[in-house]
Amino acid sequence: MALLQTHSLVAHYGDFQALFGVDIELAEAETIAIIGANGAGKTTLMRSIAGVLRNEAAAVSYENKPIGSLSADQIMSQGIAMVPEGRKLFPSLSVEENLLIGAYGRKISGHWSLATVYDLFPILGERRHNPGTALSGGQQQMVAIGRALMSNPRILLCDEISLGLAPIVIKDIYKAITQIKAAGASMIVVEQDISQAMAVAERVYCLMEGRVTLSGTPDTLSRDDIHNAYFGAGY
Amino acid sequence: MTYSVTTQTPTSRIASTLCLISIAVLILLPFFAGRGTIQDMFFILTMLVLAQFWNLLAGYSGLVSIGQQAFVGIGAYALFGVVILSGLDPVPAILIAGVGALIIAVPTAFFAFRLNGAYFAIGTWVIAEVVRLLLAQWKTLGGGTGTSLPRDVTRDMWFVQSIQDLLGVRSAAARDILAYWLALILALATIGGIYWLLRTRRGLALAAVRDNTEAAKSVGVDAGRMKWIVFLTSAFGTGLAGGLIYMQKARISPDAAFSVTDWTAYVIFIVVIGGIGTIEGPILGVLVFFTLQSLLADFGSWYLMTLGVLAIVIMLVAPRGLWGLLSERTGLHIFPIRRRLRGGNLT
Amino acid sequence: MIWIETIIQGILLGGLYALFASGLSLVFGIMRLVNLAHGDLIVMAAYLILVLVTLLGLSPFIAVLVAMPVMFVIGWALQKFLLNRTLGDDILSPLLVTFGLSIALQNALLEGFSADSQRLPTNSLTTASVGIGPLSLGIMPLLTFVSAVLVIVGLNQLFYRTELGRAFRATSDDATTASLMGIKPANIFATATGIALVIVTIAALYLGLRSNFDPNIGPARLIYAFEAVIIGGLGSLWGTLIGGIIIGVAQTLGAAINPEWQILSGHVAFLIVLLVRPRGLFPRVND
Repeated sequence: MALLQTHSLVAHYGDFQALFGVDIELAEAETIAIIGANGAGKTTLMRSIAGVLRNEAAAVSYENKPIGSLSADQIMSQGIAMVPEGRKLFPSLSVEENLLIGAYGRKISGHWSLATVYDLFPILGERRHNPGTALSGGQQQMVAIGRALMSNPRILLCDEISLGLAPIVIKDIYKAITQIKAAGASMIVVEQDISQAMAVAERVYCLMEGRVTLSGTPDTLSRDDIHNAYFGAGY
Repeated sequence: MTYSVTTQTPTSRIASTLCLISIAVLILLPFFAGRGTIQDMFFILTMLVLAQFWNLLAGYSGLVSIGQQAFVGIGAYALFGVVILSGLDPVPAILIAGVGALIIAVPTAFFAFRLNGAYFAIGTWVIAEVVRLLLAQWKTLGGGTGTSLPRDVTRDMWFVQSIQDLLGVRSAAARDILAYWLALILALATIGGIYWLLRTRRGLALAAVRDNTEAAKSVGVDAGRMKWIVFLTSAFGTGLAGGLIYMQKARISPDAAFSVTDWTAYVIFIVVIGGIGTIEGPILGVLVFFTLQSLLADFGSWYLMTLGVLAIVIMLVAPRGLWGLLSERTGLHIFPIRRRLRGGNLT
Repeated sequence: MIWIETIIQGILLGGLYALFASGLSLVFGIMRLVNLAHGDLIVMAAYLILVLVTLLGLSPFIAVLVAMPVMFVIGWALQKFLLNRTLGDDILSPLLVTFGLSIALQNALLEGFSADSQRLPTNSLTTASVGIGPLSLGIMPLLTFVSAVLVIVGLNQLFYRTELGRAFRATSDDATTASLMGIKPANIFATATGIALVIVTIAALYLGLRSNFDPNIGPARLIYAFEAVIIGGLGSLWGTLIGGIIIGVAQTLGAAINPEWQILSGHVAFLIVLLVRPRGLFPRVND
């Protein structure tokens, strides 16, 4: 049984249609990657799953239950946590408070707690009382990830976690992602950086202009396939 | 191919003919209507002027003021002051009323523009209160209890004698008719002026500032200057109306001239219920308001309570007011200001 | 000596104004909403306390304890079902809706209670004064000031030491991301207004004990509250107390010179601060 599925998901921003019937699937303990150019609809897809964008009830199913029309807070309490694009830390909260607020809507004991998050990202432990936004980009990304983990989610949605970060920092972040994988998480990773996404995922979907143009496992997809799916044939 | 920008719609052409007919009727009204009707129309026209200027500020420029009573009051006191202290005839003193309001508007804007949104609104109210409290100290103009225009001055006002002769009415009625005609001129000038403004590039700039100040600035609109111009214009017009209103009443007191209920609450209700951001809205609004007032004024606080609840309901359910509902359904525009592109192969 | 006493009286009066202002400051801090009916809600609370005192024969201090949860529920419902619908990009909606509410409320109170001046019953305790050094201070003003300080301390504790406070701050920063944490912004806003009305009730107690009230005095209370918030700086609760004190002192000093100048002096002090420090004395850094 798929843990999470979308069924012909559509999404609009006013008159503008961003998604034209997207079908993706996530299995338990699996990591899938969504790649695509800017504006392809990746973040829209994530926001639709997370409930920030509301939909038809049947458009998204979680453990076979329709959740498409639920609000973000309801979906979060069901165990789907998002690391939002741009990190979106709360400036009025300290690092530790940002982490704590991650568990506001879902207090479940599990692998992840303040202690284990500080183990994963030791630098945060040192900076726990600093304001959330007084950290470097990479450290803020760690806070954002840790914050999502605090609710011990069944599914972790990572939206462009490498955005704006230096390559060496990105490596550290993805090292943490592998550790999170090892702890048993199911994840959807959205990336513009194809290599990292392919390295960490079992399956890949490529989006272009709101449609899935390619899907498969990393080793079966050639560079040309991906290039065409990313940019469109003829480029 | 040639492109042209136009604002005329088919209905607006019919509407302009109807308008001209209505104006003619209004001009001739004193020849066949009784004194009561003239007084009612005076009320309607002056409230309409106040509403149009408040609308200019809030509906078109996004500056919600709850301190307009300051300019009504200052205009009225300027008129009384100049008539009582220097003997000027009340009719030209109306212009002084406008100027007085304009003068007070400068420091008002200076302080108020340091605030935004709701705080701007309350700030305008505070300044109105300060002006009221200061004027209440001025003993020559009656202090806290107020004063009246001297009897001989009101009897000998410009044009009153001519109207008495022309229409065969007594002095008091003639004064009402004079006030009515002045109000009509003011209302037509106001509506004409605002319509003209919105059809010029300034009007477009105004809408841009209201919708998105930063974006407007980025295309070269001087948002700060626009706000000043609108605020000062609105104050001037409100002052003129205030002067005229109190010239007709001939009696003034600080609490009355600076009344939040009469000059701000009622005005806001008129604009909200009629339709904010349109010229037609306040016209419809003042007619609805007048009807409600005639029906319910005996019920004192129930009436005001109804107005309050009505304003809440309209803002939540039909934010563009009754005129907004009407024009959405029917596409009717009496004063169209939306610009459309004609010509080219898309039309 | 008389000047020292005047200033002290002004400081204590500032406590009352800070109580008026705290609820306004709280709500604005969390959801950028200014409720133009705030002053009328204070008056409504005063009438509620009066009703409880008259009908149940309670002392005002007990009555206020009963009134506080009632006002919380009223505030919660008001925000959840009415005011939440005004939040958004349109600046006109909250202003005009709360303005309509203010007028409706004033006139509902007029219908219900008539325009007669009322006062909460005082007893020897409330009119007593205590000697501190060479000065004689009224018990009530002292109590009012102490209550204001306690309220602000309490609010700060709530904001910075509790989970609800974290949720308030997070929602105020970014309501969408807050919902990703499982926070329901609509309920957070409702709770904030509920708390604000509890503070309003405390303010109403002291207002009603100190002086007469009638349905029309709401708008003036709103103005004092607003002035205190602006002087203090948006987002700072202690700033609101300072703001209240400045208004209070300006008013008592003005009154000492000429009783007719009391209210005007407060406004003048406000305008001076606005001129010199448009963002207030202690503005929040990230606004």
